Parts: sequence; C-alpha cells; structure tokens
Amino acid sequence: MLAHLPVLVILAPLLGAPVASLLRGPNWPWLLATLLSWFALLCSVLLLIQVNAQGTFIYTMGGWEAPWGIEYRIDFANALLLVLITGLASVVLPYARLSVEHEIGADRCPLFYTALLLLILGLCGITVTGDAFNVFVFLEVSSLATYTLIAMGRDRRALTASFSYLIMGTIGATFYLIGVGFLYVMTGTLNMADLAERLPAISDSSTVRTAFAFIVTGICLKLALFPLHLWLPNAYTYSPSAVTAFLGATATKVAVYVLIRFVFTIFGVEFSFGAEPLAEILVPLAIIGLLSASTVSIMQPNIKRMLAYSSVAQIGYIVLGLAMGTAMGLTASLLHVFNHGLMKGALFMVMGAVAYRMGGTSIDDMRGLAKTMPLTFWAFVLGGLSLIGVPLTVGFVSKWHLILAALELGWWPVVVAILAGSMLAVVYVGRVVEAGFFGEPKDATKREAPWGLLVPLWVLVIANIWFGIDTRLTVDIAEAAAAQLMAGGVVR
Amino acid sequence: MSDHLILRIVGKFLIPYILLFGLYVQFHGDFGPGGGFQAGVIFASAFVIHTLLFGLESAERIAPQWILKIVAASGVLIYALVGVAAMLMGGNYLDYDFLAADPIAGQHIGIILVEFGVGLTVASVMMLLFFTFAGRGEAS
Repeated sequence: MLAHLPVLVILAPLLGAPVASLLRGPNWPWLLATLLSWFALLCSVLLLIQVNAQGTFIYTMGGWEAPWGIEYRIDFANALLLVLITGLASVVLPYARLSVEHEIGADRCPLFYTALLLLILGLCGITVTGDAFNVFVFLEVSSLATYTLIAMGRDRRALTASFSYLIMGTIGATFYLIGVGFLYVMTGTLNMADLAERLPAISDSSTVRTAFAFIVTGICLKLALFPLHLWLPNAYTYSPSAVTAFLGATATKVAVYVLIRFVFTIFGVEFSFGAEPLAEILVPLAIIGLLSASTVSIMQPNIKRMLAYSSVAQIGYIVLGLAMGTAMGLTASLLHVFNHGLMKGALFMVMGAVAYRMGGTSIDDMRGLAKTMPLTFWAFVLGGLSLIGVPLTVGFVSKWHLILAALELGWWPVVVAILAGSMLAVVYVGRVVEAGFFGEPKDATKREAPWGLLVPLWVLVIANIWFGIDTRLTVDIAEAAAAQLMAGGVVR
Repeated sequence: MSDHLILRIVGKFLIPYILLFGLYVQFHGDFGPGGGFQAGVIFASAFVIHTLLFGLESAERIAPQWILKIVAASGVLIYALVGVAAMLMGGNYLDYDFLAADPIAGQHIGIILVEFGVGLTVASVMMLLFFTFAGRGEAS
C-alpha cells in the first residue's frame, strides 16, 4: 500500500465527502470526517518518512506516464505542507463537533462536513499534484468548498464576505489559468517538471513573461498579499469558528506553496529574480503589508478580525522570506508557513471556545477571561507569545531564521521592519491579554469551555511549544526542501 | 400555464427524445465526442422543460429531491470506487488496464463506469440546482 500513499491522502476525503452528505444528524458525518482526517494524517506522515528515506516520490495517475498523464510528485516541500494540512484537519475536526453544532445547527451538519472534506481534498490535491492544470482543478474544488463554509457563518454578513471572496478568488483563479494557458501555448506541456525543462530556452519571450505576471498576481490574490488581501478579514471574521481555524492555518499557506513551486521550480530562480523584478516587487509589498496590517489589527474591537489582519501581516513575513530568493530566505518562509499554521490554528480555536461560552468574540467578551475561563485564556497567552515570536515558541524559530536570512543579504532595513512587526504584535496581543487579565468579566457566571474544545486546542498549543523547543524536525525538513527548490526542484 | 396548450403538447412530444439523446451522448462518449458531463446536462434539461410546463410540484413527484441527493453522491462514489477497484486489482489509481484480463476491454469498462458516475452526478446536481432556484419564491 505504501506505493499508493499520495493518492490515499486524496482518496480519504474524496470517498468521505459523498458519504457524509448522505448521513443524518450531527454526529455520524463528524465521526466519519474525523476518522478520515486521521487516516490522511497517517498517510502524510508515512509519505514524509518515505520522501526522507528515498527522495522524490512519483505516482502516475491511471498508469499514464508524465508528461502525457497527470503525475503526483512529492518532495520535501509538499510533504511538509501535506503534514500541516492533514495535521490541522485532524485537530480541528475533533474540535468542530461542539463548535459546529452550536454555531450552525444540527440539521446542516452533514452539509458542513461534506464541504469541509472537499476543502481538505482540494488543499491536499493542490499540494501533491505535479501538473499545473490539475492545480487549477483542485484550486476550484477547495475554493468552492471555502465559499460554502464561509457562508454558513451565524452572522448574515458571512454571506457578503463569502460573495466578495468568491469574486476575488475567481479573479485570482482566472489569472492563474490565463498564465498556465500562455505557458501551454509556448511549451505544449502542463507537467511541472516538463515545463521547468522547456522554459529556460524560451524564457526571453513576452508570452512567458506575461504568463509569469498573470500567475504570480493570481496566486498573490489567493494568498492575500497586501494590497490584494481585502477579501480576507471579512471572510475570517464571519465564518464559523472551526472553519476560520482551519482556513487561517492552511488555505493561504497552500497558495504560498503554489507560488513557491512556480517561482522556484517551474520558472527557476534565475528567471524569477534575474530576468524578472520579483524581489523588487514582492519585498516592498510584503514589508508594507506586515507593518500596515499589524497596525490595523491593533485597532480592531473584534478579536477574530484582529487575528485575521494579523494573518495578512504573517503572510507578509512568509512572502518576504521567499522574495529574498536565497536558500535561507526560503527556509524561513517554509518554516513560517508551518509554524504560522500552528499558532493561528490555536488562536482561532481559542476564539471559537470564547464564542461558544460568551456568544461573541469582541474584546468585551474577552474581559476577565483569566478568571472565568483560565485554560482558554492561557491558551491564548501562549498562542499570542508564539505570534509575537518569544523564544521557546515556534514563532521565534521562524522569525529567527527570517532575520538570519535578511542579515545574510545585509538588508538591515528589512531586519528593522521584522522587529517592528513583532513590536506591533506585542501591542495587539498585549491589549487582549490585558483585558483578559485585569478586566472585569462581563458575566462572572460563565464557566470554562467544554473539554471537547479544550483538548484539541491544547494539543495545538503544546505543538507550538514542542516545535519551538525541538526544532530538528521542522528546520531540517524546511532546509532540505529549500535546497531542493533552489536546485530547480526537478529531481528525476 | 393550463392555457399554453401548444407548448405543453410540443413539450410532451420533445421530452422523450431529449432523454434519449442524453443517453446517446452518454454512451457514445466511449467512442467519440460526448460523455457524462454533456449527457448529464442534456438529461437534466428535459426535467427543466417539464418543470417550466407542468410546474415544480409535478417535476418533484417524478424526481424527489432526496433521491436526487442520493444519486448525486453515488455518482461521485462510482467514479472514486472504479479507481479503488483498479488499485485493488494491482494497478495505479484509475488504471483501467487492470479492470479486465485484456487491457483494452479494461479501458472500455473503466471509462464507461466512470462516465456513468459523472452523468449521474451532473444530471442530478443540475436538477437540484434548478429546483432550488425555482422553489425559492414558494418557500417564503
């Protein structure tokens, strides 16, 4: 069965989604989705071990050899992403049972878990495939599932949030498709490895340059790089808590992965950073994004919205790392993709627990939380410390590597910007911690969140500390992935 | 609608041929242009005409929504399970060569089953979409 690992990850949610839509009541679809996500996590971990032991893992769909057929090609970068996606799904789904029944209602639960499984399917699919058009197909699967999930939020504003994401997401996906179409016209192939081989010879044509521009812009819309981030705050604020936790941790990260794959593997470092001014465009946008979004998040009265703006800022760090175009920058970027998934997942899950007990997620609901819901509150404190980048948390590991990468290039102003971003994070996290610690509870009779929410939440919080102390696993894999990507990524 | 006699008669006359053409496109997909997507839409369009001429209630008596939901899900399952069957018989996922002793026969079996699954899902989802929109005014 080991030879089928890449397809088993996809197959679990693919088979689960239609079955979940036919089940009744809130519990059966939940149980099915949870078990399948654990199975997918097991497959992803085994896949990572296989990649580590034997190198790039290739699976030909339907037995059709690439470049004619679709191949799934797994190296360190996508194995790491797969573990992140399925890992977060395995934690968010157990958490979802109480949260979703509370926020969405029992009758719509089967539909919810169907959409969530389709979302997992889409995200995993984008990650494993080695075919540029197949990426688009899975992108659509995940996007349509996302629109549905966001629209299920309690607040009616979820509908407009979902609709504006639908418009922006469709523009992004269309731009991507136009770019891929141009590449297909020029090379006659859609296979990523094949594209990477053929592009250098014709890279000096305006069609290829236009394709590059379309693809990078389209993906930057999906990953919410400043100033293309406007869909994100509303989408994250109004969608159900479990959805926000999963989306915030994985969806934009997968788009980052696609950007990395195109910039480094397909177009290659020399084209992206030599012939094209990618660093000159992305570095300023990333820095403006991380500073402005952090500043805006200080002023948000709704904490879920504050965390959403913080996500835009974190995307700034991630894009900054990859825009450096060096192995160290790429390592930092991949590390932060993984680490930010852990911290934002945990923080959004805290907000779900607060919404479950207090009925809202504004800063008033957070007041006096240390007294009424101490475990939830301390989870927020630890997640917040990780977001700031305090040593012994994952946030420190990735920011440390990012600063090292900037120093290697001698980009002192960038180092200052990264530190300034962390200072702003101290302010916006500190504001909430202060309210929780010293504020008077709005309703002192409220008690701690149920264990069904706390256990998955604390699993993620502990992961934040664990990977902050034991950095061997994440740093080694990120470094190996960066080395592979810098080498052009085409390992035959 | 009862006074649109000509439309109703012509519609009744056309519906069987539309269904038949849908089936033709479905099974011709194995040899030439056609396949599950197109066939599903054509098949569903017969039900759309029926709804327009005879009303939503009548159409939902023929194709109740709960059945359509089951059909939509089972179409996806047929597709996915054909792939699993190929895997269990020793090939890669969706490698139809392994579905029969003769690889060419295997390809035929595989593509017909997969297209059948696609056809079921597309037809029932098209109908569900139409019924949902057509029924919006009546519910409230």
